[in-house]
Amino acid sequence: MNNFFERRYVIAGIFIALIFVLLARLFYIQVVDDRYALYASQNVVRKFVKYPARGPILDRTGKIMVQNEPVYDITVVPKQVKAFDTVEFCKLLGIDREGYDKRMTKARKYSPYRTSVFEKQVTVEQYAAFQERLSEFPGFDTQQRSLRNYPDTAAAQFLGYIGEATDAIIKRSNGYYSPGDYVGITGVEKSYETVLRGQRGVENIMVDSRNVRKGKYANGAFDTAAVAGERLISSLDMNIQKLGEQLMQNKIGSVVAIEPSTGEILCFVSSPTYNPNLLVGKERGHNAGLLYKNPYKPFFVRPIQAYYPPGSSFKPLSALVAMQEGVITPQTIYHCPGYYIAGNRRVKCFQGEVHGDVNLASAVAHSCNGYFDMVFERLVNRQGGGRKTDTAYNYWRNNVAKFGLGSRLNLDLPAENRGNLPKAAYYDKIYGKNGWRSSTVISLAIGQGELLATPLQLANIEATIANRGYYYKPHLIKSIGDKQVIRKEYTERNYVGVDSQYFNPVINGMQNVVDYGTAHSSKIPGIIMCGKTGTVEVRNKKDNSVFVAFAPRDNPKIAIAVVVENSGQGATWAAPIASFIVEKYLRGSISKRESGINPDYYIGKNLLPDIVVKPVDKAKLKADSIKKATADSLKKAAADSLKRLKSAQNKPAKKAAANKLTAMLPNRRDDE
Amino acid sequence: MNNQRSFFLNVDWLTVLLYLALCTIGWFNIHAAVYDENHQSIFDMDTEYGKQFIFIVSALVIGIVILLLESRFLSALAPFIYIVTVLLLLLVLVAGHNVGGNQAWIDMGGGFRLQPSEFAKFATCLLLARYLSATNVKVTDTKSFLIAGGIILLPMMLIKMQPDDGSTLVFCSLIFVLYREGLSVYFLVIIGLLAALFISSLLFNAWYIIIAMVIVLALLLFMFGRNRKFATGLIIGFVVAVGFVFAVKPLYQHVLKPHQRVRIDEVLGLSKDLRGVGYNQNQSKIAIGSGRVWGKGYLQGTQTKYSFVPAQSTDFIFCTVGEEWGFAGSVVVLGLYLFLLLRIIVIAERQRAPFSRIYGYGVASIIFCHVVINIAMAIGYMPVIGIPLPFISYGGSSLWSFTTLLFILLKLDSSRMGLSTDRF
Repeated sequence: MNNFFERRYVIAGIFIALIFVLLARLFYIQVVDDRYALYASQNVVRKFVKYPARGPILDRTGKIMVQNEPVYDITVVPKQVKAFDTVEFCKLLGIDREGYDKRMTKARKYSPYRTSVFEKQVTVEQYAAFQERLSEFPGFDTQQRSLRNYPDTAAAQFLGYIGEATDAIIKRSNGYYSPGDYVGITGVEKSYETVLRGQRGVENIMVDSRNVRKGKYANGAFDTAAVAGERLISSLDMNIQKLGEQLMQNKIGSVVAIEPSTGEILCFVSSPTYNPNLLVGKERGHNAGLLYKNPYKPFFVRPIQAYYPPGSSFKPLSALVAMQEGVITPQTIYHCPGYYIAGNRRVKCFQGEVHGDVNLASAVAHSCNGYFDMVFERLVNRQGGGRKTDTAYNYWRNNVAKFGLGSRLNLDLPAENRGNLPKAAYYDKIYGKNGWRSSTVISLAIGQGELLATPLQLANIEATIANRGYYYKPHLIKSIGDKQVIRKEYTERNYVGVDSQYFNPVINGMQNVVDYGTAHSSKIPGIIMCGKTGTVEVRNKKDNSVFVAFAPRDNPKIAIAVVVENSGQGATWAAPIASFIVEKYLRGSISKRESGINPDYYIGKNLLPDIVVKPVDKAKLKADSIKKATADSLKKAAADSLKRLKSAQNKPAKKAAANKLTAMLPNRRDDE
Repeated sequence: MNNQRSFFLNVDWLTVLLYLALCTIGWFNIHAAVYDENHQSIFDMDTEYGKQFIFIVSALVIGIVILLLESRFLSALAPFIYIVTVLLLLLVLVAGHNVGGNQAWIDMGGGFRLQPSEFAKFATCLLLARYLSATNVKVTDTKSFLIAGGIILLPMMLIKMQPDDGSTLVFCSLIFVLYREGLSVYFLVIIGLLAALFISSLLFNAWYIIIAMVIVLALLLFMFGRNRKFATGLIIGFVVAVGFVFAVKPLYQHVLKPHQRVRIDEVLGLSKDLRGVGYNQNQSKIAIGSGRVWGKGYLQGTQTKYSFVPAQSTDFIFCTVGEEWGFAGSVVVLGLYLFLLLRIIVIAERQRAPFSRIYGYGVASIIFCHVVINIAMAIGYMPVIGIPLPFISYGGSSLWSFTTLLFILLKLDSSRMGLSTDRF
């Protein structure tokens, strides 16, 4: 003991005080302040999205149209790579040493500690060989993903394709998509995106300070499973779809067939088409580029985006409206001298044919322009014409519009066109108020002039006639998911405002068209088909061939519209093509025809028009020789792009599919 | 035989128990800090926890050897031990092994390294105790004070040259020993005031501090102004303080090294760089704070297990305690330390020989300094200074050094009744 004995209390006091200061601080950050727990979980927990399998699409008979095909990537974590037999490794994957170094550098640049894709989409054989020897290559691994696969390579425009989400899509999705996600870009893939994509899951993974995965957070208590996308059953019948695509190959145009009793679309051909498998996998970008450059525009969905004057195929509708309005009866007789005088104009019948006395049925059967000009004038002038033309015209227009013309039918595909059914105001603008009369717009009577309809609208009109007065909204997806949900709007009848009693006379006429009228050579033995040909004049080009029909006459099963651009008369091309599809659908096979026509001829026929050079700068194209040279070079470019396309598709394995594809791709026209 | 028994009975087993408890806590927390799935066994010798087990066992051997020593050697050998340590400290500056910028290790071969600065701690304590316990030495004498100060400063300077700021700082704690032996209380007060002034000068405008000091001065003069001597002292102190306030910033800028400055700035909140300088401390705070009351559980700490916290088994070992055992664990660990420190004071005070008492205070001061600096650093109260947590941090040198430090005291204590007491 010494004098400073008491000082031990001071020292002990200082010890106690400082330790308590530390404890107080610890109490604050550990008990009072709860931010640190949050920071810690932010440090360690990463959310990983679990991608669900995209829903498959089936045809109406249950055949798979699109499914997911597993593909395999080789991945690498550069830091975990140890010495191994590089030569053997490169041989397995079919790459050279340089390629190996390049890939490794890229992976290392991304992150030495994280998994990155070393080689995308290796073949199944490569995958199997590699997987077997995986242990020899530390740091490498395989990962499975799925790609869309189209076993039938058909109905490309109908199905559409998926692609990486663009910035615009990401923005619009309010954070649902992130870069690198796949979304439907066109077709059903787009319009049913929300159903097909399924529901994503979340996995909470713990990572260390270098972002290396260390296992599940809280044993997966906060994880959610991914729910696979719904299965879609489409309304298409693959048999006639494929037949339709064959018949339409090397032609420009569309085939749309609808089941009248449901509105389900049975056949949806847009020609020229392309092999949907081209837009999947490694060569996707390259192939898409070639398809975009193709002058026949395979990405153009003609059944809903192209519109044409319906021509004579419009006549049955015209007659129906007139009867409903009471301006004619089926017995009304018109004397056809081979032309019709509208105001001071003379409208000729087709090829100046003189039909004599015609009633409704025979006017339809022989496509008498005069009769329908007469009908149109009666309708538009029923209030006396003159200043009343406007109102009467609009009244007529609205009746026609009820059939779906001039507006979208809201098909379950994106980017549908509305066609054109002008209002009186449109003509007022051109000719001035009261500056026009029924004779001014007389072309409308026979489906020409400003009247424009998509092939889908034409087919829908036939479905309406087949149903004697109503239609179901046409649609491509029959039902959604395992529960086979059908959208309510597809089960509602849309009446067009024409009483069913007026249909028979028109249908009689349409039956006559096929039985002995303009389309008699397309008559199907044993099946009563009711149709109407249309031959639509196109300025400076060959006529568009149009045929609309439904069959059988009683209890119709199929309504169809066929358009073959710049090919000739309706009876020559469109009608036979339609008849084959109808018979195939109703009977399952195609029988021998009295007229001797057979599908093979039509399948083999090339009706592709020359590529028209748009005179961008007319001055440049003054001299004929230059014009020709340019046209030639463009043709050559088109041919080249096709050639490249063909060589490109030899690479992706499936050879059988490739052959089919070659056949389906538009060739340069080799005749004419 | 009888002698032997009384010897073991005389050992302060309570301290040994506290020591073992801390070592065990350390071992388990090192296991948790560097745990990985490939080496699950706590005895796996490839890992730090496996090695720490060996360190603990060998530390116990060292402890027993010390207990078996003749205690009079310790006093006699003190100058020798001190000189050898100083020579080693010189050697390490010339031929030392540099780890992380600190030239603090001497390679002994076979992957074994010696850290002389660790031995300097008990060597200094021993010599200080021996010098101050001499009959005619009084700390209050200027000469004695200077010599005592010299004994402390010599190893301190050498360690500073390594440079090892943490260990250097530890020697400052020996001021407690000097205080206990008679150093004026004003030294403690002045050091405290200077520290406070230093920090506030960095944080606030100098004029505000001076205004505050003027107010305090006026109050003190008003209350105790009659005491002439006191008043003069106050005024001199005030003038020095004003000078100090203005000197702080230039000193701070020019004397301290940039890496030291940024660390201090980070603690004082003068800068915020959670990705760079502040990363370690921030992650350490997150680790400890996320433990909440009861902790995440043994081996469940994500901050430590997934290496967000650096140096988790050594300087930042307290993060593992805080994260996996929560506030409860913090209380237990700090409680054990406090208990140990108070116990050492009790032991020191019960010595008859001043040598033993002075040495005891040296032990307490050094352990206390380590604990406070280490934990204060882990929770962001102190700049980052590399300094181990006694008995808990991973590392042979530090564990052996603390063991030696403590067991010499236990040896002195166990023989306090015996022969040796007469001599000192």
